[in-house]
Amino acid sequence: MTEVPLAYGLILGGILFALGLAGLLMRRNLLFILISIEIMLNGAGVAFVAAGSRWGQPDGQIMFLFILAAAAAEVSVGLALLLRFYRQRHTLDANRANEMRG
Amino acid sequence: MTMFLQSAFYVAAVIAIISTAMAITRTVAVHALLYLVVSLLAIGVVFYAMGAPLLAALEVIIYAGAIVVLFLFVVMMLNLGGEARQSERQWLSGKSWVGPIILSAILLAEVIYLIVRAQPAGGIGAMVGPREVGLALYGPYLIGVELASMLLLGAVVGASHLGRSAPGRTGAGT
Repeated sequence: MTEVPLAYGLILGGILFALGLAGLLMRRNLLFILISIEIMLNGAGVAFVAAGSRWGQPDGQIMFLFILAAAAAEVSVGLALLLRFYRQRHTLDANRANEMRG
Repeated sequence: MTMFLQSAFYVAAVIAIISTAMAITRTVAVHALLYLVVSLLAIGVVFYAMGAPLLAALEVIIYAGAIVVLFLFVVMMLNLGGEARQSERQWLSGKSWVGPIILSAILLAEVIYLIVRAQPAGGIGAMVGPREVGLALYGPYLIGVELASMLLLGAVVGASHLGRSAPGRTGAGT
């Protein structure tokens, strides 16, 4: 039967997660760090959906819905923090965040 | 799973990987966000090929629609100019990206080795429609839905608290 093997879906999720991790580690701009976190959440979601689809059960998709809710919450708070940081420091450099007080 | 959906999976997977790699290496934030949109749309196609049409729609509507637009609004509010691009290029040049890429590549190689060695049986592509997802979501996972709603409420309160300009300090920034 011509089907995509489960391993390919899991590997795609792993590759996306690794790309997001590399971006998270090598960027210094806070905006790009948030973008990389989104990519990592997406990679985890792809693995969940692939595993759920292999068994023909909706549980994997529901886990992705929860990941979606967590990503929306994280990005709204993260962007609000980023705006506040930029108002105080006039930069997005994450290295300058070590002296943040209040 | 038809032949078309199978080839759609592979093509969309390659597009997702390439556009994600482009998104994390751009120096201009708007370019990175546009590549991120392409990546999210490709992942939506992957979801559809995996037999999850509801998630394909949600990926386009919420991720590519709402979250990336939120990023775009913030980029517009920050009004980053040419010097931001210069400093970004300066941060990305040099050897600062070698270590993270090597570490991530090692981790990825380990994950791929483990997945390939475990030989997970079966294929993906069983269609699970919105009906099954909705029934499970509001059945056994009802407590998760309530917790997600509380999480989103907390995020709204936190974002509005952090985003408002502090009294007495208005005009200092922006």
